[in-house]
Amino acid sequence: MKAFTYQRATTPAEAAAAAAKIPGARFIAGGTNLLDLMKLEIETPPHLVDVNGLGLDKIEATPEGGLRIGALARNSDLASDARVRKDYAVLSRALLAGASAQLRNKATTAGNLLQRTRCPYFYDTYQPCNKRQPGSGCSAIGGYTRGHAIVGQSEFCIATHPSDMAVAMQLLDAGVETVKPDGSKRVIPIADFYRLPGGTPHIENTLASGELITAVTLPKPLGGKHYYRKVRDRASYAFALVSVAAVVQPDGSGRVALGGVAHRPWRVPAAEQQMRNGAKATVDQLLAGARTTEENAFKIPLVERTLGAIMAEARKS
Amino acid sequence: MNDSPDINPTRRGLLVSGALTATAAAIPAVATAQTSGATSGAAATTPAPVQNKVALRVNGQRYEMDVDTRTTLLDLLREHLHLTGTKKGCDQGQCGACTVIVDGRRINSCLSLAVMHEGAEVTTIEGLGTPQKMHPMQAAFVKHDGYQCGYCTPGQICSAVAVLDEIKRGVPSHVTGDLNAQPLLSIDELRERMSGNICRCGAYSNIIDAITEVAGGNVAGGKA
Repeated sequence: MKAFTYQRATTPAEAAAAAAKIPGARFIAGGTNLLDLMKLEIETPPHLVDVNGLGLDKIEATPEGGLRIGALARNSDLASDARVRKDYAVLSRALLAGASAQLRNKATTAGNLLQRTRCPYFYDTYQPCNKRQPGSGCSAIGGYTRGHAIVGQSEFCIATHPSDMAVAMQLLDAGVETVKPDGSKRVIPIADFYRLPGGTPHIENTLASGELITAVTLPKPLGGKHYYRKVRDRASYAFALVSVAAVVQPDGSGRVALGGVAHRPWRVPAAEQQMRNGAKATVDQLLAGARTTEENAFKIPLVERTLGAIMAEARKS
Repeated sequence: MNDSPDINPTRRGLLVSGALTATAAAIPAVATAQTSGATSGAAATTPAPVQNKVALRVNGQRYEMDVDTRTTLLDLLREHLHLTGTKKGCDQGQCGACTVIVDGRRINSCLSLAVMHEGAEVTTIEGLGTPQKMHPMQAAFVKHDGYQCGYCTPGQICSAVAVLDEIKRGVPSHVTGDLNAQPLLSIDELRERMSGNICRCGAYSNIIDAITEVAGGNVAGGKA
């Protein structure tokens, strides 16, 4: 690990200003992904701004009838929150499907949103990777692609976003509250938060330099039945091959979002209009234009069957 | 070997001297790079170590020290405080050998910086019990043979103690059927909740037996 200077910030605005002052500085909260990447020298920040002391760990009701989740709320606390379990069960389920209990105890809401891909070529510093070293090339293209993206990928990057929580946040139309280094605040709708790789796969979201996430907001509850089905190589503690988050209403309408298929959580509002027509009609639109390899073509039928299983269960009970 | 008092034949001694040799060999190379204008790039990528203060409590005892900011909580425990019960397995949060309990919650100490734990209360395997006065979970692991080589055991035991506390506090898991009910004390629940602790000897069923006994034996799903 490269040496770095370290400071404990006391207010969000101070943290943002401090991070903007030193090029390459990073915020650290749980550290469960950043430290891993620093050990491998994939991330080499010269300065860390510790945001753990900012008190942003509360989960509060909003006047609009939703929830405001502090950026530092730990994944385990968010999954256990009684309001989340009752009204946003898809979020609780997604969180509990991710990582291990030890990691969930440390990982934060904002950190989870910002975690980096687990593409093995991104992790292998001996291989070219446009995300790690812009312009160096993509080793995954033409490589072993079983876990890679099937929609939204570019000729520069075919990595997937690894988060389960973010898939549920996408489904729930979350908002990302931030503070910028100049002290100004804004809310980024999650639909506008993540970027597709295009020609700049190293830029993964629409945050400005030094911009700090302070909270994630949820609109009022959707009702319906909530599902998060994660399909993976092990029954526990593994990243998704595909995951399907869905809220199904009594009349069969609803929402669906996917993990493990793209550079960001994948949701297509037009496809949701098809939910009453069944899984195939929905997935045909959801994954329209998919480009697969021999190794990851299985993801399309897997998504369809997983959504089909969810729909069958929703009808049954 | 016993009649050679000048030689420390232990494995630990050899490893330490090996590490010192490696450090000594590296120093001239860095010095050369820093004095040569042609390789200033190399010097720029090797920033000088930075020290930072941290004060925390470990197993009830207060420590205040200056550490390199890169020091993980795991390295602080093992290398600075010489609490070597906590183990370094993968050093990347996948195996759980480094599990300790911080402020009442189990975490991977390898994926956390020591300086991030200002004011924290850390409990390691040494703080749970001693050979003379074992924690019930330690005694149950011995009784049920919940290990073979023993390397993952301190992490397994810290995790297991936290698992029973989490179930008691109503923390749900991936296999919890009804999110709004108190989670069951079942074999499936214990297995899922222990999935962050890998045992390459494969003592899993005995580990579940040990946890079951400490939980009072009333675990749904019968013997693992």
